[in-house]
Amino acid sequence: MSTSDHNIVLHVADVHMRFGGLHALADIDLEVEEGKTHAIIGPNGAGKSTLLNVCVGRLAPTSGAVVFDGQIITGMKPHEINQAGVARVFQTPEIFPDLSVLDNVMAPAFARRDGAFKLNFLGNMHREAEIREEAEHFINDVGMTAELDTHAGALSRGDKRRLELAMCLIQHPRLLLLDEPTAGMSRHDTNTTIELLRKIKERGMTKVIIEHDMHVVFSLADKISVLAQGRIIAEGTPDEVRANPKVKEAYLGSTQE
Amino acid sequence: MLALPKKELITFLIFAVVVLTMPIWLTPFGASYPGLLQKFAIYGLLAVGFNILFGLTGYLSFGHAAFLGVGSYAAVWSFKLLSMNAIPAIVFAVILSGLFALVIGYLSLKRSGIYFSILTLAFAQMSYNLAYSVLTPITNGETGLQLTLQDPRVLDLAFSERGAGLPLVELFGVDMAGYGGFYLSAILLIIGFFVAQKITLSPFGLMLKGIKSNQNRMKYTGFNIRPYTLAAFVISGMYAGLAGGLLAVTDPLAGAERMQWTASGELVLMTILGGVGTMFGPVLGAWIMKYLENIFSAFNENVLHNLFSFLPEGVQEVAVRFVALFVGEGWHLTLGLMFVLVVVFLPGGLMEGYRRFVNRFFNGKKPKPRVPDKQTQPAE
Repeated sequence: MSTSDHNIVLHVADVHMRFGGLHALADIDLEVEEGKTHAIIGPNGAGKSTLLNVCVGRLAPTSGAVVFDGQIITGMKPHEINQAGVARVFQTPEIFPDLSVLDNVMAPAFARRDGAFKLNFLGNMHREAEIREEAEHFINDVGMTAELDTHAGALSRGDKRRLELAMCLIQHPRLLLLDEPTAGMSRHDTNTTIELLRKIKERGMTKVIIEHDMHVVFSLADKISVLAQGRIIAEGTPDEVRANPKVKEAYLGSTQE
Repeated sequence: MLALPKKELITFLIFAVVVLTMPIWLTPFGASYPGLLQKFAIYGLLAVGFNILFGLTGYLSFGHAAFLGVGSYAAVWSFKLLSMNAIPAIVFAVILSGLFALVIGYLSLKRSGIYFSILTLAFAQMSYNLAYSVLTPITNGETGLQLTLQDPRVLDLAFSERGAGLPLVELFGVDMAGYGGFYLSAILLIIGFFVAQKITLSPFGLMLKGIKSNQNRMKYTGFNIRPYTLAAFVISGMYAGLAGGLLAVTDPLAGAERMQWTASGELVLMTILGGVGTMFGPVLGAWIMKYLENIFSAFNENVLHNLFSFLPEGVQEVAVRFVALFVGEGWHLTLGLMFVLVVVFLPGGLMEGYRRFVNRFFNGKKPKPRVPDKQTQPAE
C-alpha cells in the first residue's frame, strides 16, 4: 500500500448518465483519496444517489468509467464490485428482515471469508465461533448487543441503519459508500453514528458519504463535492465549500418556492 | 461434520422414532398397511426436498413432478436393463433427476418470482408431453413403462436363470413390495430429513435464507445468487428423483401422469398445508394429504348409502348426493376447501397451528402477533 497522500482509491472518470431526455449525471469527475471521507452534497434530484448507483454497479453509466483501486469496475456485477472491496449502506436500509440481528451480520462475514459462492452445506453455524465473535464485536460497536437475537424486521428504522452499517463494516471494505446514513435517526443516535464513523476513519477506511444533514457533513468530511442538476459545481474542504457563493445559490435556488 | 446441535438432535431422534414406528401407531387409524406406509415415507421425502428449495430460498417451483417422473423411469429402466436390485435403481434415479434439475434449473433460474414458477411449470409440462407421446420408445407412452419377461437384466441373468414369471424388486433378498419397501423408504426419509437439517443449519443454508429475505442485500454483500439457488434447485430435484425411484422400487412401473402439473401442484399444496420452511411441516402435510386421499377416495355411493341408512329414504338420497360431491372422485373438492381454510386462518400451515396451541395452553402466553412475512410467497 502506498504511503503517498495522493493515493486515489476511487476515480469516477468523465461519467455521463442519461435516462431518456434527462441528463442525470453530466461530466462527473471525482477523485477520492485513500483514508479520506469525501462527502457529496446537493439539493434533491441533483443525482447523488444515481452517482452512488453507478459506483456499485446498480446502474451502468451512459459513458465514462469508474476506477476502483486501479481496476475499472463499470460493467462488473454488484457482487463482484463488493468482492473487490466496496460496501454500501443504502438510503432505505437493505437488511435481511427475516433473520436475526446476529445472522444479518454473520452473513457478510461469510462473503468476505468464503467468496461469492461456497457449497459448504455440511458446515455448522454453531461451529463458526470466529465469525460469530467477530459479528458480536461489530454489533457491539454499533451499540446493538441487546438486540442480538431480535428479528431484524422488527427493528426501528434507526436501528436498521445501524445494523446495515455493522453488516458493511464486518467486511472490512476498502471503500465504504454511505447514502444518508443518519436519515431517520434521533439527534443522539446521529451523534453516536458520527462517533462510530470517526472511529472507522482512524482505521484508515475510505468513505464516500451522501448526506443532507450539514451537521454530519461538516463533522466528518475532509472534502466536499457539491452536486447540482447532475454536475459538480464546487469542490473543496468544508470551509471552502461553505464560503462558495455558487453553493449557496444552488441550495437557495432549489428551496425557493 | 455429522454432528447436530442438541435441540436439532432431539428433533431428529423424535422424527426417526415416529417414522420407524409408523406401522404401530397408524394401526388405530386403519392406515397401517404397506402400500399406504410406503406412500407416507416416499411423499414425506419428496416434501422434505421441495422445502429445501421453496422453504429456504422462497423460489416456488411448479414443476417438481418432472423430477419425480424422471426418477421413476430411471429406476424402471435399471430393473429392465441391469438388475432387480433396488440400489442401482435408486442411484440412477437420483443421478438422472439431478442432471435434469441442473438443466431445467439453469434455464428457469434466469428469472425469479412468478416468472420462475411459470418456467418450471412449462418445462414440467413439456417433459410430461414428451413422456406421453414423443418419447414413447423410452417411456412406453400412455401405457407406462413396465417390466416384461424379455427384459435383458444383464447383471441378474449373468448369475442366475430366467425365472418363470415377472421378477420382483428386492434388496439383499428382501421383497420390496411390502414392509421391506416401507422400511427402505423410511430409512431414506430419515437420512433425507437429517441432510435437510444439516443444510438448514449450515452457512449455505443461511445464504439461502438470505436470498429469500433480501436478494438485493445478498448481491451488494458480495454473494453470487445464481449458483446458490441452482444448488438448492438441484438438491431438491434429487430428492424428488429419489422419491420417484422409490415409487418404482415399491411398485415397478412408471407412467407419464406422474409428471403432470397436478402432481407438482399436489406437492406445493402439501408443503403449504404443513408449513413452509419448517422441518416437520412439509412431511406432516404429505402424510395428512395421502391419508385423507386414501380415506375419501375410497368412499363410493354404496358406502354412503350404508352410512346414511338411518335416514328416511328421500333425505338419504339427498344426503348421499351432496356428500358424494366431496368424496371418491370428488375428494379434491374436500382438499381444496381444507387448503383454503388453512391458508386463510393459518398462513404458516399446520405447524403454525401447533405453535399457537402450545403457546396458548402450555406457556400461558398470548400467541405472538404474526408478522406478515413471505412464508407462503415466492421470492421477488
